[in-house]
Amino acid sequence: MVAFIVRRVIAAVLMLVIVSVATFAIFFLIPRALGQTPEGMASRYVGRDATPEAIQGAVKRLHLDEPLIVQYGRFAKGIVAGQEYSIGPRMVECPAPCFGYSFNNNQPVWPTLMDRLPATLSLAIGAAIIWLVAGVSIGVISALRRGTLTDRLAMTVALAGVSLPIYFTGLVSLALFAYTLGIFPGGGSYTPFTEDPVMWFQALVLPWITLAFLYAALYARLTRAGMLETMGEDYIRTARAKGLKERTVVTKHALRATLTPILTIFGLDVGLLLGGAVLTESTFSIPGIGKLVIDAIRGNDLPVVLGVTLFAAFFIVLANLIVDVLYAVVDPRVRLS
Amino acid sequence: MRKTKALALAALGTALTMGLAACGGTAGGGNNNTGTGNTGAASTAKHNDGYTKVVNPSDAKGGTLKFAYSDEPDSMDPGNTYYAWNWNFSRLYARPLLTYTAAPGEEGLKLVPDLAEGLGEASEDGKTWTYKLKKGIKYDDGTEVKAADVKYAIARSNFSAELTDGPKYFAEYLDAEGYEGPYKDKNLDNFKGIETPDDYTIVFKLKAPFSEFDFLVANPQSAPVPQAKDTGLEYEKAVASTGPYKMESYEVGKQLNLVKNENWDPATDTTRKQLPDRIEVQFKQNAEDIDQRLLAGQIHADLGGTGVQPAARAKIVADPKLKDSTDNPYTPFNRYAMMSTKVAPFDNIDCRKAVQYATDQVATQAPWGGPLGGDIGSTLMTPTTVGYQQFDLYPNGADNKGDAAKAKESLAACGQPNGFETNIAVRGDRPKEVQVAEALQASLDKVGIKATIKKYPSGDWSAQYAGKPDFVHQNKLGIMIAGWGADWPSGFGFLSQIVDGRFIKDSGNYNMMELNDPAVNDLLDKGIQTTDAAERNKIWGEVDKKVMESAAFLPFVYEKTLLFRPSTLTNVYVHPAYGMYDYTWLGVQQ
Amino acid sequence: MTTPSASPAPGSFLELRDLRIHFPTEDGLVKSVDGLSFKLERGKTLGIVGESGSGKSVTSLGILGLHKGGRAKISGEIWLDGEELVGASQDHVRTLRGKKMAMIFQDPLSSMHPFYTVGQQIVEAYRIHHKVSKAVARKHAIDMLGRVGIPQPDKRVDSFPHEFSGGMRQRAMIAMALSCDPELLIADEPTTALDVTVQAQILDLMLDLQREFNSALIIITHDLGVVAELSDDILVMYGGKCIEYGAAEDIFYRPEHPYTWGLLGSMPRLDREPTERLLPIKGTPPSLINVPSGCAFNPRCPYRERTGGKATTEVPQLVESDGGHLVRCHMPREERRAIWENEIKPMMEGV
Repeated sequence: MVAFIVRRVIAAVLMLVIVSVATFAIFFLIPRALGQTPEGMASRYVGRDATPEAIQGAVKRLHLDEPLIVQYGRFAKGIVAGQEYSIGPRMVECPAPCFGYSFNNNQPVWPTLMDRLPATLSLAIGAAIIWLVAGVSIGVISALRRGTLTDRLAMTVALAGVSLPIYFTGLVSLALFAYTLGIFPGGGSYTPFTEDPVMWFQALVLPWITLAFLYAALYARLTRAGMLETMGEDYIRTARAKGLKERTVVTKHALRATLTPILTIFGLDVGLLLGGAVLTESTFSIPGIGKLVIDAIRGNDLPVVLGVTLFAAFFIVLANLIVDVLYAVVDPRVRLS
Repeated sequence: MRKTKALALAALGTALTMGLAACGGTAGGGNNNTGTGNTGAASTAKHNDGYTKVVNPSDAKGGTLKFAYSDEPDSMDPGNTYYAWNWNFSRLYARPLLTYTAAPGEEGLKLVPDLAEGLGEASEDGKTWTYKLKKGIKYDDGTEVKAADVKYAIARSNFSAELTDGPKYFAEYLDAEGYEGPYKDKNLDNFKGIETPDDYTIVFKLKAPFSEFDFLVANPQSAPVPQAKDTGLEYEKAVASTGPYKMESYEVGKQLNLVKNENWDPATDTTRKQLPDRIEVQFKQNAEDIDQRLLAGQIHADLGGTGVQPAARAKIVADPKLKDSTDNPYTPFNRYAMMSTKVAPFDNIDCRKAVQYATDQVATQAPWGGPLGGDIGSTLMTPTTVGYQQFDLYPNGADNKGDAAKAKESLAACGQPNGFETNIAVRGDRPKEVQVAEALQASLDKVGIKATIKKYPSGDWSAQYAGKPDFVHQNKLGIMIAGWGADWPSGFGFLSQIVDGRFIKDSGNYNMMELNDPAVNDLLDKGIQTTDAAERNKIWGEVDKKVMESAAFLPFVYEKTLLFRPSTLTNVYVHPAYGMYDYTWLGVQQ
Repeated sequence: MTTPSASPAPGSFLELRDLRIHFPTEDGLVKSVDGLSFKLERGKTLGIVGESGSGKSVTSLGILGLHKGGRAKISGEIWLDGEELVGASQDHVRTLRGKKMAMIFQDPLSSMHPFYTVGQQIVEAYRIHHKVSKAVARKHAIDMLGRVGIPQPDKRVDSFPHEFSGGMRQRAMIAMALSCDPELLIADEPTTALDVTVQAQILDLMLDLQREFNSALIIITHDLGVVAELSDDILVMYGGKCIEYGAAEDIFYRPEHPYTWGLLGSMPRLDREPTERLLPIKGTPPSLINVPSGCAFNPRCPYRERTGGKATTEVPQLVESDGGHLVRCHMPREERRAIWENEIKPMMEGV
């Protein structure tokens, strides 16, 4: 097990290096290959109608004139050893891991990420709990009452949940619950847990439900399908033949087998979300990683895009690792080697 | 007077043509403004009331004024920002030498002293401009503002490699050859473009006469910065305040909180109020949700000042009550197309005229949101530009839907009676502009002009595509869809970059017509050297006409926005210099 | 769907009376079991033989009451030790499962839960019916594993099913089924998934255990060879009905139904190549929805011309041919016996 984890961590680091090179290439190399000049790139980060001197200044300051390999080396070195950076009257130290400074607002990327992480964590974990509980319960009930009105109703709602974009459900729920009924606070009211736990909770209820709605729908369908398949398994018949109560058959035998693959997907989904729930965060104006990256992409903020991509990739790799280990724990047929 | 326009706006336009002759230089203080005498309750306010008078006037203090914004600024540093709203908003904590009169209508386009005692005094040759600082103006920490702080502020904002976001007019006009900025050159005495003979006198030394210099010092870059407090890029988080508010906290990309600056002396300030106890700004908020919050009264204003999104617009238009809580002001922007005079057959003026006549301007107005999104244009300058004159050289039908007969005549005169083929270049990632291009394409098709739409990314539009004449020629980009808003509301501010033939650049070119008419160039030179404002403004009108005579400039709309003012917002009026509410006047009902 | 029977309790340990298990489907009513009756005493073994789809597995699940609460329509009577089960409540029948009657399934790998150890699964089965601590149950599980011949049972008790070989798994399955000393044991194709030598061991084991526990045993199989030496009685099913029933000797030495002859001919024997088939039964098992009119076997029967046309028009009755030997065939008894003696038997012996 330990050897497995060590191997996987090494693979993960390699993976992150590849991701960083790929991201770097997409945002730096391809524009260059398409004829973009350092001045052309720099002109995005200066004011309207900037003088050639101002653009040259920006080129120098952002090191856009250096060969790409040097730029990448600078970036990589910053992560490992930190770097220094001019804010004008003096240099400031950007300690490792330094992912550089935003081209748009000059903020160091790593502290920004750390600042945004709690919001994303709050959103993702809260929503994950809701959707797991709700999705699995609905899926199980639907499967056990297959073909009944309950089943059909649940699956219709699930279909809606899967089909409706978060952008739509989010704004509609805000309009209804925040602005018309006034039950929950409106958009942009996210408050860190450490500042005001009550407000934190209230502000996150709608985003949680909105995000969870989509996933719960997905998980309900998955659980239902998995449950129907499991209930037809021979070992369920065996369990019944032993004289087990139906409830025990469902919870101890069927659910255990159904949940195992769902747990895998769950781990990956949560890992993916920790890299930012872009749509939910944007809709509810939650200052999380997803909001950060979508804004960075729109603003061509390369250091931030690069930073978030690596950060998100890290979570996905981590989630994969955890899921693999967990799978071996849950399913005795799987052995880590 | 053929173009559709609201009566009030037509009147405003006419008044504007009279120029700044009436400018007395004294304060347009709070209660002297047109319309403020009307003390009607908020509920009786009508659509566009905020455009002509102060809606919901009140001097009640207290409360928290809440703004939300869908983006974040380039910087909150007054020296490092080019965002239109921030030139308005930053006045809450940073006072420039001059500013605009706090008043709706044409009055608001007049400059008044802010930190300075009076407007600038120009030397005989027009190359030296002197301002006297008011005495006793303090920063929020109680220290007094000195002339050197103004000099330092301009040195850092215009001559450093770090502060790249703001305009560089001072670097362009000041005689400061070889100066490397205060970060590389710690000795401010080496900055020869500005002299400070004493602590209250600031003398600007220009390379050439520039009669509109007062407009330049009305931009936030002339707000003083004490050298000891300057932290360069970090300064935006702790700006030394001279205004009625100071920064309490600023989390970049998230939240800015302002609180009252006790060291602000209203006796020295004729244009600002200090009504709310706090001002809070949320950045990076969902644009649609901002509108929902505005309509629900949870926030007081959309900081961007660019108006509501299409969804809220539809809701407002459908509800007369909601509509009464809105104003529909002009932005500084003209939306237009330029025809390249170097791309055949547009090198022939009659072919350009054919396009002028053929264009269905109702169709090209629609993508902007119809009449609420902008008035159909016929000139370069917009109605809120000082010097604007109304005329229409190419009337295209009584309904503005194009005059096919005249277009055909022009085509024949051009030697292309059956039409011709050309390309329309457009920023492909701007849906409204693409729709305009499509509408134009359809208009031209009716008279036999077959236009192909070519889309380019907006990021490199100016550097690599439409702003690069070589590219334009090679790719035969006959028509380019563009827009322009001036940095200051005068004819020169609007016109010089886009019509001066000597400003045609190899890249980053805004005179995409490549119009290099000596008569136009001479008029611009003459205007900027004319110190008499009325005379000068007349010249800007002539420039406008001259350029329109070339038929290379095809105006679509004078852009307008739809601003929503919640009933809890007091002291609201549209400041014409910014095209949005005057953020220094707002108060909140508690 | 069940009506309480008015008839008196029988003297036999297990008795089925006219059991019918029908499944409504979108395509029509599937008559999986259609009027099945038999008796079984303690210590005796009944072999139920038939092709897949003949209704033998549905019958066994029906006896265990596993169709209750589902879509199945069940009628008739199932008497177990003086108690009628068709009309009994679902929950009551559940309490009998595992304890009074237990079942061994066909494929032990898929029939055991992959996530629980063999021990856990036996412990669970034991503790349903015995209020004992886990430790006691575990000792019992180890004991049971030992009794079914699993070496080092104290270690293997913590193994997962997939860690066992096929034969060992089936032994574990048997240990689980026998953990509560059931009085009726139903083994559904207990050796199908196993290779031949292991098959023999498992069959021997079951027989030994049956003697030890004196339980009634039903072995369900498609392979007459499996039940040949184990069974006291044999019931041959076709299309949901019993077509021949009798003592093992009757079925093997004096079979009277053409289908049984076919089964005997298909019987793999150690002295014969496995692929060789003497009397293959042509055609496929009948659809249970559109049952052929008349005798369900008639489309495949080589002798249907000898029934005077009744084969396709009339459903034959199950008639006693000799003491306790029942046959469902239109052909007269003498003709059936003559065919067996003169045509079938010599052919089979000739090989």
